Amino acid sequence: MTAVETWRRSARSVAEEVRAGRITAEAAAEAGFEIPAARWERDVHAILSTDRSARAHAAAEAPKQAVLSGVPVLLKDNLCTVDHPTTCGSRILGEWRSPYDATVVARLRQAGAVVVGKGNMDEFAMGSSTEFSAFGPTRNPYDLARVPGGSSGGPAAAVAYGLVPLALGSDTGGSVRQPAAFCGVLGLKPTYGRLSRYGLVAFGSSLDQVGIFARHVGDVADAYRVLAHRDPFDASMREGGAPDVSTWDAGVKGLRFGWPANLWREGVDQAIVEALERAAGWLERAGAQRVPFEFLPGTFAVATYYLLATAEASSNLARFDGVRYGFRARSDELGSLYAHSRGEGFGPEVRRRILLGTYALSAGYHDEYYLKAQRARTRIVREYAAAFARCDVMLLPATPSLAFKLGEKTDDPLAMYLSDVFTIGANLAGIPGLSVPMGLAASGLPSAVQLLGPADSEPRLLQAARALEAEGRSDKIPRGYEREFAWPGK
Amino acid sequence: MALSRAEAARIAELARLHVPEAELDRVAAQLSQVLDFAAALNELQLGDEPLTAFAPADAPLRIDGPDGRTLDAEIATANAPEAEAGFFLVPPVVEDLEP
Repeated sequence: MTAVETWRRSARSVAEEVRAGRITAEAAAEAGFEIPAARWERDVHAILSTDRSARAHAAAEAPKQAVLSGVPVLLKDNLCTVDHPTTCGSRILGEWRSPYDATVVARLRQAGAVVVGKGNMDEFAMGSSTEFSAFGPTRNPYDLARVPGGSSGGPAAAVAYGLVPLALGSDTGGSVRQPAAFCGVLGLKPTYGRLSRYGLVAFGSSLDQVGIFARHVGDVADAYRVLAHRDPFDASMREGGAPDVSTWDAGVKGLRFGWPANLWREGVDQAIVEALERAAGWLERAGAQRVPFEFLPGTFAVATYYLLATAEASSNLARFDGVRYGFRARSDELGSLYAHSRGEGFGPEVRRRILLGTYALSAGYHDEYYLKAQRARTRIVREYAAAFARCDVMLLPATPSLAFKLGEKTDDPLAMYLSDVFTIGANLAGIPGLSVPMGLAASGLPSAVQLLGPADSEPRLLQAARALEAEGRSDKIPRGYEREFAWPGK
Repeated sequence: MALSRAEAARIAELARLHVPEAELDRVAAQLSQVLDFAAALNELQLGDEPLTAFAPADAPLRIDGPDGRTLDAEIATANAPEAEAGFFLVPPVVEDLEP
């Protein structure tokens, strides 16, 4: 058997090799930089910061007999790290260095993972294409004229091109699931309150969740197992233990999957509709049962979200005032120092959302916008509860289109917002969602489907994704190469 | 609903976010577009729906006391654009402090 190059391996198999002493943690961490990054990073621009000595130090420190020993991980740049700057893709933080690691980062390190750097993102996670990064866009490794999705576009693209087998992002309205779909990798948004957010720079606190990117379902399960633990520093966490995901490969016999076909009757790319049909067929063949029903169109969720998320953002981002961090505009009067530091330090989309949120919360408009959106959120929560009374998981698109072109939506905020039409509902309802790659469409771009389930249904989502992974793989990859992943075309 | 230029300027002031004069019309138009879209929520007839309380009912409480963690003033101010002796420096807030 030909030895599989380290950078092509799953996180699970890298950790096995490191635990057995067949490869060092440093060699495992460098593997992605030696071949794939040398080939792709200049064009793709997934990384915002990395350096070899920090990687070597992290690899040396990593425990060598743990679940993720030696597994290189790229972090979205809104997760605080002591050994790399944390920019949030913004100019306003400058070269800000966190005095502490985010809890999820500390957990990764304790589990043996090696943080190799920070990934590009839309500024403060606001955007769906990574074009709103103050440090330039990330491009889709499958087609450099197209976006990788966003806001966690850097980590998604890095996992796709082979830099790392595992990455963390954050998902406030789809910012893990949408880029995962555009880049052909798995993207999990866990149940609200399952992963600590201590050290995740806040955007919309009732919606934000840390999410996981990987190329293999087993790797998502391993990372979830490491990360989903209570944290006394995050008061929004769920009580009780996280669900047991060790059953990720237990199959889908008897699973009822919801099929809300009214959602894709129009406005969804044909390639995605075909991927849905294929996924449903595979799930049925593996013993699952399709439950058709109608579901509330996602446009209501988008409308609700852009009032609530912006209101929360306008409050959360008030802390960036030019006094305590990074960028400060020159001024000899405090009010003007605030206004100019924020006006010059924030990019266009962040300014737009702060203004929209300020308006939704302002006297005279609060009832009409913010309170109405809160009531709409209750309705959406109930819609999901009713759906999950009839099925265990729902199968639906992750995105209405395949990866779109750079520049296509940057001047049309509403069109950009609507690219999250299938992902936002899960954030509003606090439920988990998983983007599952379904191979390449005829255009050569990745296509994907999404699975949603009720709170704490992560094991079911992974079981269904595993069924799709096993079926898809049998078509494309010869037996014995399960640990290898397909190199992006071209 | 169409947001006026004056309303856009007022929101920018509330948000302590400087928007150049030349951009106000564009900002007003873009915000109006999103607000028009949000009007779709009226179709849901939400009259008596309760507001979402999203914090978990059983949110954990910790003991409200010191836990021994401290952040040294020098470290806390290390990222500040201007700091001195562990303090953040800002322009004068209170003027005419002659005794």
